[in-house]
Amino acid sequence: MAKILPTRTPMREQDPQVRARNYEEVSYGYSIEEALAEAARCLDCARPTCMPGCPVKIDIPGFIRHIREGNYQAAVDLIKQTNALPAITGRVCPQETQCEGVCVLTKKYEPVAIGRLERFVADWEARQGPPPLPSLPPPTGKKVAVAGSGPAGLTVAADLARLGHKVTIFEALHEAGGVLVYGIPEFRLPKSIVKREVDYVRALGVEIVTDFIVGTTATVDELLEEFDAVFLGVGAGLPWFLGIPGENLGGVYSANEYLTRANLMRAYRFPEYDTPIAIGERVVTIGGGNTAMDAARTALRLGAKESIVVYRRSRAEMPARQEEIHHAEEEGVQFYFLTTPVAFHGQGGRVRSLECLKNELGEPDASGRRRPVPVPNSNFHIEADVMVIAIGQSPSPILAKTTPELTTARNGTVVVDPKTMKTSKRGVFAGGDIITGGATVILAMGQAKTAAQAIDEYLRTGVW
Amino acid sequence: MYEILEKEVLSETVKRMVVYAPRVARKARAGQFVIVRNDEKGERIPLTIADFDAEQGTITIIFQEVGKSTAQMGQFQVGDAFANVVGPLGHATEIENYGTVIMVGGGVGIAPLFPITRALKQAGNQVISIIGARNHSLLFWEERMRAYSDELIVCTDDGSRGRKALVTEPLKEILQQRKDIARVWAIGPAVMMKFVSAATQPFGIPTIVSLNTIMIDGTGMCGGCRVTFTDGGSQFVCVDGPEFDGHNVDWNLLLERLSFYREQEQRALQHWKDHACRLDQAAETLEKERAHG
Ligand SMILES: Cc1cc2nc3c(=O)[nH]c(=O)nc-3n(C[C@H](O)[C@H](O)[C@H](O)COP(=O)(O)OP(=O)(O)OC[C@H]3O[C@@H](n4cnc5c(N)ncnc54)[C@H](O)[C@@H]3O)c2cc1C
Ligand SMILES: Cc1cc2nc3c(=O)[nH]c(=O)nc-3n(C[C@H](O)[C@H](O)[C@H](O)COP(=O)(O)OP(=O)(O)OC[C@H]3O[C@@H](n4cnc5c(N)ncnc54)[C@H](O)[C@@H]3O)c2cc1C
Ligand code: SF4
Ligand code: SF4
Ligand code: FES
Repeated sequence: MAKILPTRTPMREQDPQVRARNYEEVSYGYSIEEALAEAARCLDCARPTCMPGCPVKIDIPGFIRHIREGNYQAAVDLIKQTNALPAITGRVCPQETQCEGVCVLTKKYEPVAIGRLERFVADWEARQGPPPLPSLPPPTGKKVAVAGSGPAGLTVAADLARLGHKVTIFEALHEAGGVLVYGIPEFRLPKSIVKREVDYVRALGVEIVTDFIVGTTATVDELLEEFDAVFLGVGAGLPWFLGIPGENLGGVYSANEYLTRANLMRAYRFPEYDTPIAIGERVVTIGGGNTAMDAARTALRLGAKESIVVYRRSRAEMPARQEEIHHAEEEGVQFYFLTTPVAFHGQGGRVRSLECLKNELGEPDASGRRRPVPVPNSNFHIEADVMVIAIGQSPSPILAKTTPELTTARNGTVVVDPKTMKTSKRGVFAGGDIITGGATVILAMGQAKTAAQAIDEYLRTGVW
Repeated sequence: MYEILEKEVLSETVKRMVVYAPRVARKARAGQFVIVRNDEKGERIPLTIADFDAEQGTITIIFQEVGKSTAQMGQFQVGDAFANVVGPLGHATEIENYGTVIMVGGGVGIAPLFPITRALKQAGNQVISIIGARNHSLLFWEERMRAYSDELIVCTDDGSRGRKALVTEPLKEILQQRKDIARVWAIGPAVMMKFVSAATQPFGIPTIVSLNTIMIDGTGMCGGCRVTFTDGGSQFVCVDGPEFDGHNVDWNLLLERLSFYREQEQRALQHWKDHACRLDQAAETLEKERAHG
């Protein structure tokens, strides 16, 4: 066998200076030659250490083998046995803490670029035209309502439709896709990819009803009068705020609002599109996750001269994907680590500066990371005219409030049996961010797959 | 699509529409609102459900043309449709027999005030209503309000109809004369609600206002609609409101937040006018060509 190259095949990207000012996708993806070169780095391990790292246990050496043999369709088909959205997960999975983080090559070299290969075959398939529809079994006569059209809702709907059940998705917003359309920006996940997945789900016979808030437009109990089972995949949409003075000044946004204006409402094309957004000379984003990186990079693309991230721990502890942090740095986003905001200051109702304290790292906390401890009297100000708070989110209380028998944990997440995704209420299942709080696309999808199996069984047997 | 079934011009800038939205109509109650989007490029704007008919599957909206989106809505005709209507959103008004209540409505705020007034009257309250507008041509629904009020006072800023006064003047007089006012409702421009709240505060009379903060989703997802209270706390108007105790609201911050996008709003309106103009011209040219051809 040829010698393994220590470094992975690079993926071509737009020049950082240029891309920081446009909305087009940052990375171009592998060409066939690049994919073949990267696929050749996989050792095709007899006991692949990568697979347990993938939350949906994709047969990674298997699909890479198909790529090496030039059999791209077989590669996609293999992935799709457990992952319905490879074009999306290939782009947004935190591979470094999942499959790639435990690839055997990491002992000496860079791991195989599993995510990029997954994206490559998914994009290859997309270029072949719309995916062929599977032959559907005869209708079972059972009806399932799915609340929410994010990765969880779309996955559960597709799986149940393939089993012959009639599925209706109810979505609160005017466009389907969940965080994939309102949160994650175009330059990281083109909306056309999400649209293709939504179209596919529709083509399977799933009806998608937008402008419908489950809990308000109709309660879960009302849905259960018409449907045999209900799946709740409404995500974790309630944004957290800091609870510090000045937070409601004009120009202080939650990341949800900032990204929704920019992405879902296309404020980057204002005034052609109606929804405005404050551009800002200097934009400060508070937080260290993917959401914070998305906001900070969106700020540059909207026209901010400077974009600054304020994070209370150090770079090593940032929960965002490595690639996003790297891309943000390349594009010129500045970072203030070990910094805690204490107050917003403004003038005439508009925010002008963020007052912060410097932190030191203290004893490890419950998460095992060293706790940031503010240094007394280390106050300093960062001047900026737009601030974005990206410190996390939890499920909206609307469903719990309107569905009395639904058991929720203290943080608002819905409690389920992890083996079946059954909630405390008969006929009602849940999965995705609504049960975990803000997590990942692949986890939401994995839970949805588990739920689809359990829903199918419940519909066939009637046993709860 | 959500078709417009009726359209009525209520005043110079205020229009009423009956819209087919059966899912909303089935669940709506007084005090709740919807979010509408004109078309695929439209913003999401909140509007009170002024009336609803579950059987017909319709809701009534009444809007004032203040900027691009509402001006465009004003051009819509019967048979046109909104791209989106979602709701009902927010809490319904709590209707009880409180005793004697004062209902204060300003401008387009008279529309959402009306169903609440009617419900309160039907619940047995003694109702005193004060409605006002800048001038006569902006005033509407005087007779409807009169039908459910024991007493109705009409004011205009310029005296072209009723008393030449701001609504707060007769309000203060009544509060000084009568000690039996149980509650005050105020719906109208934020500045009006601010001054009504200031007028009732010394008397300690609970004053319910319906806040019109800027919104996007209307479901508690963005926090853009947040209102700040005088004690520093805050809530989301879309899910915790839209009605609040006016004495708790930090009005100055609310007003400042409302004007945050003023410059962009003007640009949007101008952009739309230019564009609409070009469309008109194109249509004209086309007509002419047809006439000649
Ligand atoms: C900015 C941002 C960046 C992210 N980046 C990444 C990343 O790079 N990689 C990654 O793996 N994960 C990322 N995540 C997390 C990931 O997007 C979520 O974990 C995932 O989308 C959860 O899927 P879901 O289907 O549970 O919920 P969502 O995607 O949140 O979808 C829920 C849907 O339900 C709708 N809804 C809500 N309430 C109701 C109701 N009452 N009735 C009807 N519909 C309702 C919502 O409008 C929404 O469309 C990111 C999240 C954000 C916010
Ligand atoms: C719960 C609620 C109920 C409402 N009910 C009614 C109603 O029944 N009739 C009615 O005429 N108006 C109502 N409004 C206000 C209405 O939503 C705004 O007038 C409308 O959005 C203005 O849009 P525009 O593009 O025409 O004007 P813009 O040019 O966008 O703005 C003009 C003015 O409207 C305010 N405004 C802008 N965007 C919004 C927004 N998204 N939400 C609220 N205010 C905004 C601005 O502060 C500005 O002063 C309500 C608002 C809320 C929050
Ligand atoms: S789904 Fe995510 S974790 Fe699994 S193999 Fe693909 S990129 Fe890796
Ligand atoms: S562990 Fe790495 S080298 Fe081994 S099969 Fe998985 S991807 Fe290939
Ligand atoms: S409008 Fe978004 S939270 Fe109220």
